[in-house]
Amino acid sequence: MAEQTQAAIMSKPNRQRLGTGLTLVIAGLLMLVLFVRGTQSGQTATFGMNTGGAALMIPDLVLPVQPTLYTLIVVTVFLGAWQLARGGIRSTGWLLVIVSFCFVAAFLIWATKDGSFNLVGMLNGTLGRAIPIALAALCGVISERAAVVNIAIEGIMLIAAMTAVISATLAHSLVVGLLVAILTGAVVAALHAVLVIRFKVDQIVSGVAINIFGTGITSFISSRYLESNIDVLNNSGTFKVMSIPLLSQIPILGPIFFEQGPIVYIALLLVAVLHVLLFYTPWGLRTRAVGEHPKAADTLGINVFLTRYVNVIIGGMIAGIGGAYFTIGSVGRFDQNMTAGKGFIGLAAMIFGKWNPIGAFLSSLLFGFADSLQVKMQILRVPIPSEFLAMAPYIVTMIVLTGIVGRAIPPAADGTPYEKQ
Amino acid sequence: MPAKKDARKSPGSTSSDATPRPVPQSKQPAETSGELHREIRRPSSAWVDNLLMPALAVFTGLVVGGLIIAVANDAAITAWGNFFQNPVAAIKASWDAIIQAYSALFGGALGNPADIVAGFQTYFATGQTAGLYKAIYPFSESLVLTTPYIFLGLAVALGFRCGLFNIGAEGQFFMGALGAAYVGYSITTLPWFIHLPLALFGGAVAGAIWGAIPGYLKAKFGAHEVVNTIMMNWIAFRLSDWLLNGPMKAVGYRPVTSTVEATAELPRFFPDPLRLNWGFPLALVFALLVYWFLFKTTLGFEVRAVGANPDASRYAGMSVMRNFVLVMTLSGALAGLAGATQVLGTDHWVGQGFSAGYGFDSIALALLGKSHPLGVVLAALLFGILRGGATSMQSLARIPIHIISVIQGMVIIFVAAPAIIRWIYRLRIGTAEQTVLTRGWGK
Repeated sequence: MAEQTQAAIMSKPNRQRLGTGLTLVIAGLLMLVLFVRGTQSGQTATFGMNTGGAALMIPDLVLPVQPTLYTLIVVTVFLGAWQLARGGIRSTGWLLVIVSFCFVAAFLIWATKDGSFNLVGMLNGTLGRAIPIALAALCGVISERAAVVNIAIEGIMLIAAMTAVISATLAHSLVVGLLVAILTGAVVAALHAVLVIRFKVDQIVSGVAINIFGTGITSFISSRYLESNIDVLNNSGTFKVMSIPLLSQIPILGPIFFEQGPIVYIALLLVAVLHVLLFYTPWGLRTRAVGEHPKAADTLGINVFLTRYVNVIIGGMIAGIGGAYFTIGSVGRFDQNMTAGKGFIGLAAMIFGKWNPIGAFLSSLLFGFADSLQVKMQILRVPIPSEFLAMAPYIVTMIVLTGIVGRAIPPAADGTPYEKQ
Repeated sequence: MPAKKDARKSPGSTSSDATPRPVPQSKQPAETSGELHREIRRPSSAWVDNLLMPALAVFTGLVVGGLIIAVANDAAITAWGNFFQNPVAAIKASWDAIIQAYSALFGGALGNPADIVAGFQTYFATGQTAGLYKAIYPFSESLVLTTPYIFLGLAVALGFRCGLFNIGAEGQFFMGALGAAYVGYSITTLPWFIHLPLALFGGAVAGAIWGAIPGYLKAKFGAHEVVNTIMMNWIAFRLSDWLLNGPMKAVGYRPVTSTVEATAELPRFFPDPLRLNWGFPLALVFALLVYWFLFKTTLGFEVRAVGANPDASRYAGMSVMRNFVLVMTLSGALAGLAGATQVLGTDHWVGQGFSAGYGFDSIALALLGKSHPLGVVLAALLFGILRGGATSMQSLARIPIHIISVIQGMVIIFVAAPAIIRWIYRLRIGTAEQTVLTRGWGK
């Protein structure tokens, strides 16, 4: 009996070891079959390292295709074989990160063989595409740390995207558009807050209702007014790229982080500020207390309801900025359903980032990368249907949610209404 | 709650003045006796919860929609501009706009009663059917639209019964349609009594796969089904884009599938412009089947038990995981059948704008129907009528069809928050308790 339990205890890490080892070996073989086949010796892949006029030009990275591919495959298979034979590498997460990196790198080299690919340009696009996801994730973090699940982010962003572009066009001022978007986000989030806190509506149901309402009202206004009056209502122009002096001259990092629009800088600033607020200020402590154990927080004199209202509304303002990014931050006009599930992907980024602003931001970079990659791949004419590449962010979201990599625990009271006794 | 309030008040009143004290004392018994009185006269709360509240929710949703219609009407806006000169005209213009929109809506959905009566009269007198068919055409179209709504509403309702929120009905619907269409046009030599069931089955399987994946991920990893089903929706849209432009594309320029074989079609009841087909009775049969499954079988009891309290069910020896996968698979299959009946009975081919929001509407519908098959059928009828009339409202009153989504969003809110309806209509009857429909992340 005792032996049996011991065997059971032993067998679990054993099985995990075999599992990850096999996955790695299979990934290596897959890379061999998918990417090495069809390449010829002597081919090179060129990766651009500059965007436009940086002061310090970095030479392009030219890699020989076959040797680099073989190196990546050998690394993957070696790690897998090591894990199969000896075990010992405890952190499955890191292993998977290394393997994913090898796989993506191999894919990129295969896709750019005999061609050139602007790596820094793609990473710049990654940040751009990650920003709405990151803002959605930050909105989620702020609400859920106070135990209110906000699935209405998608709807909030959609409505804010529309009000931003309309007000910016009418006022001929993008700043007005941004402020109106923030206000819109606050109002819609306040509606969600009242429904779930005051009326104790099921939080997911309320979120879904707001999403459906948001899709409906934006499509309604779009087809009733915007489509026939594009120049008067739906043509705002966009924020210009603001290069930050000095910082944008840093090679590689400069063009990625410091040649962006103002909304990107606001978002980066918000990540830092929210992290500090959440973990190093009384407000943050109260918020987290309300999210983990509202009754205890209440006993200590924290106003649970007020905290929740404030947090959900602040979250809505952040999502409003995210909505503004879709219109006045990138294309300058509103199209129906233009958020395309980014609000939900933001929720996945929040979960993957362990309800932590910096984590949420880093994981939205992952989604931004998947999104940016598929766009660039379509330009490279990779022999994969573009529809399949476009699925990438959604599939990454589903994989992330399984929690195979970095499972996280939500705030204890997340999603439950609070009854004052 | 009121007792506590009084307790808090009374020390204040004693300190300030002694005289008002008897007043609340004498008031309190009166209030309680009134409460008792109401208790006795209260009509059965099931009636209130299941019929009155949803009806009021729909009514309020229509009122809010009406306000938006009035705001979006040019004539009404101009009249309001001259409000101080002629306030009556302003109110009348708004009222006219609402009436025009809603009469176009319901006229377009149900047909003109006088025409229908006249059609029947000529039919009985002379045996001519042309007039009758023309008169019942709008209602037939509404029933055609009701058919997928019944299936999809059942799919979402089944999920709710197990505590699962299937927002992926849209994607499952699309995949079901593609599956049924593929079986329908690729096989050419079968007799109808094999081909038709096979095509329906193909649709159900495609939808079931699309539902089972999030179900499995939920059961195995605790990944929240709301996000995953939405991701599956987007994957379904992309996949269908590819299929319709590539492997399943018919000869020609448009990204559509070939027309299904006649042997796979669900027969229609009337000659051509009327599209009402056997899909509608099939949907009703499935509503009965779902009712039987949920309330008359052991498996259905388990599903409901898991939905009500997964911890207690696990303690009682039920497999929560198995029920999650089972329900999501069945739910996906029902949504897939919705797509299949739409293809085989109504459209006969699949194109890109095929789904058009049916799956999202079905969430409102299942909530409105209180996740009960009978409620779902009634709610589906209402939504079929709304959608059937929306097109004629768009052409006659120039109101974009999306107003329906706005109304549905409001209906969900009002159904989910009966407190608002109670507050608006000063209702003091019915039970206040609410069931928890969904759960948080990874629990």
